[in-house]
Amino acid sequence: MNVIVEREKGLLELEQRIAELKSQAAAQPVDMSAEIRALEAKYAQIQREVFGAMTPWQRVNMARHPKRPLGSDYIAALDQFDELHGDRHFRDDHAIVGGFAKLAGRRVVAIAQDKGRDTKEKVFRNFGMPGPEGYRKVIRLVKLADHLGLPVVTFVDTSGADPGIGSEERAQAEAIAQSLYELADVRVPVVATIIGEGGSGGALALALADRVLMLEHAVYSVASPEGAAAILWGDAARAEEAASRLRLTSDDLIRFGIVDDVIPEPLGGAHRDPSGIVTRVLGTVDGALDALARLPVDELRDRRYRKFRRIGAPPPR
Amino acid sequence: MAAEEAAQWTKCPKCGTMIYRPDLAANLWVCSSCGHHFRMHAFDRIATLVDADFTEIGGDLLPGDPLGWTDKVPYPQKLQRDREKSKLTEGVVCGFASIGGYPVALGVMDFNFRGGTMGTVVGERIAQLFEAARERRLPCVVFTASGGARMEEGMLALMQMAKTTLAVRRFHDAGGYYLSVLTDPTTGGVSASFAFQADVVLAEARAAIGFAGRRVIEQTIRQKLPDNFQTAEFLLEKGAIDMVVERKELKDRLVRLLDYGVGAPLAPPAPTSAETPA
Ligand SMILES: [Zn+2]
Repeated sequence: MNVIVEREKGLLELEQRIAELKSQAAAQPVDMSAEIRALEAKYAQIQREVFGAMTPWQRVNMARHPKRPLGSDYIAALDQFDELHGDRHFRDDHAIVGGFAKLAGRRVVAIAQDKGRDTKEKVFRNFGMPGPEGYRKVIRLVKLADHLGLPVVTFVDTSGADPGIGSEERAQAEAIAQSLYELADVRVPVVATIIGEGGSGGALALALADRVLMLEHAVYSVASPEGAAAILWGDAARAEEAASRLRLTSDDLIRFGIVDDVIPEPLGGAHRDPSGIVTRVLGTVDGALDALARLPVDELRDRRYRKFRRIGAPPPR
Repeated sequence: MAAEEAAQWTKCPKCGTMIYRPDLAANLWVCSSCGHHFRMHAFDRIATLVDADFTEIGGDLLPGDPLGWTDKVPYPQKLQRDREKSKLTEGVVCGFASIGGYPVALGVMDFNFRGGTMGTVVGERIAQLFEAARERRLPCVVFTASGGARMEEGMLALMQMAKTTLAVRRFHDAGGYYLSVLTDPTTGGVSASFAFQADVVLAEARAAIGFAGRRVIEQTIRQKLPDNFQTAEFLLEKGAIDMVVERKELKDRLVRLLDYGVGAPLAPPAPTSAETPA
């Protein structure tokens, strides 16, 4: 059960009562504005209490909220999108959606992980867990972008790469390693946005980028909290405890210099204003591309090298 | 039996035979009864490979506690315990040596130190190794053994996949020649970065190699996996690696492979005092 959805229930009831009162007030001569104002104040207070200072585990649940905008929502909001399918070898991995696109008039290659909204879609998209074919599709699209001189924009949202038999048989590790290898030296700007869950190497494979953006309540972690708890204590049920230790929130990651920019969400989370947040993210990506487009290729790659090279490096003596 | 003498014996985890440790060392840590390859200490591995001297680099880089990790045992204490147990300062040893007369930059990971997990120091040492190899025009040989990214260093550990990849790529783009040898076990963030970015990927016989851990997969699919799943031989059959090599043949094979790199754009002058491989 999603803890944010649970916490929202009381608020949704209040919201309904306020709406009812407002419609009654409109139909009756009695002045109910004081009552409405009192309820609205109460609502705002609860909202601040519930969402003002969220624990890391609540952030994880916010990142997994069933109504949170998904990769496909960002893709759908682009000016234009022509999907390109498949890895040219084995199959089309539906956990990855990618292709040519236009963003604020600029030609780009856009790549998103998508978890799927309803059950049918979730199964179709393998719950947003790409197999090797997904990463090989990424490699192909990044090469294409490099060939045509188009910037790459990615939207990251996965609990991790698919851990199935078939994925191992077709060398999941090699596919992720090669996706990183391809992004490492591409001659065009790459902007990655962590929109929901950035889980492990399966997320990083789309996020070795010149600018790494992150939504305020997204999480980005060395492993999913469940995975980390299993590795650390042999008990996936201790996910909440793992989440509290892994430093996976946007506040932590901007402090570590792993994320370049945090995109604020409305109080209550991105799903309170999906189209507003999608517009805001795309605007921030566009701004980042503007700045990167001015850099000569060699400097772009040099900066990318130094950006990741200094993470976790010892301080100069 | 005196405790000291008992410590000289070890049991093969595969066939159960009791083996006298000095015999095991003399046999390259391979069980003479069943051929089981024991996991090797990094410096033992180096000693079995190099012609003479090994000059370590990055050995003075030590991990901090960037997350302020709290657990039953605090992270700094875990590190201290592993330092004592393994006689290593971190999960990889890097440096310069020559193998069969071919000068190389050599990195050897060790499962004895925090399961060979990659934290900031492992990432930094590997990156420095590839940067030094590029400057000195040396081929690079890396032995991997890792449970993946180190949880206690969180995202800083994950980012070492990006860092090492950038260093490998820059080395490659300059024309460097890179051989990786996957040893038991090579999984997670290490298999999904520099282990699988080499020009030639070798694996030691019967080594476990994969991305997801065997237990994670079994829990996910709720079925038992075949015995050979994620073994070096399984990967060879699936086309994921170039060759599987028995430990006894490994050095000779490496020397043969190093020879094919003498004409690489980034290569030292041809060896002048090539020794006959042992
Ligand atoms: Zn044996």
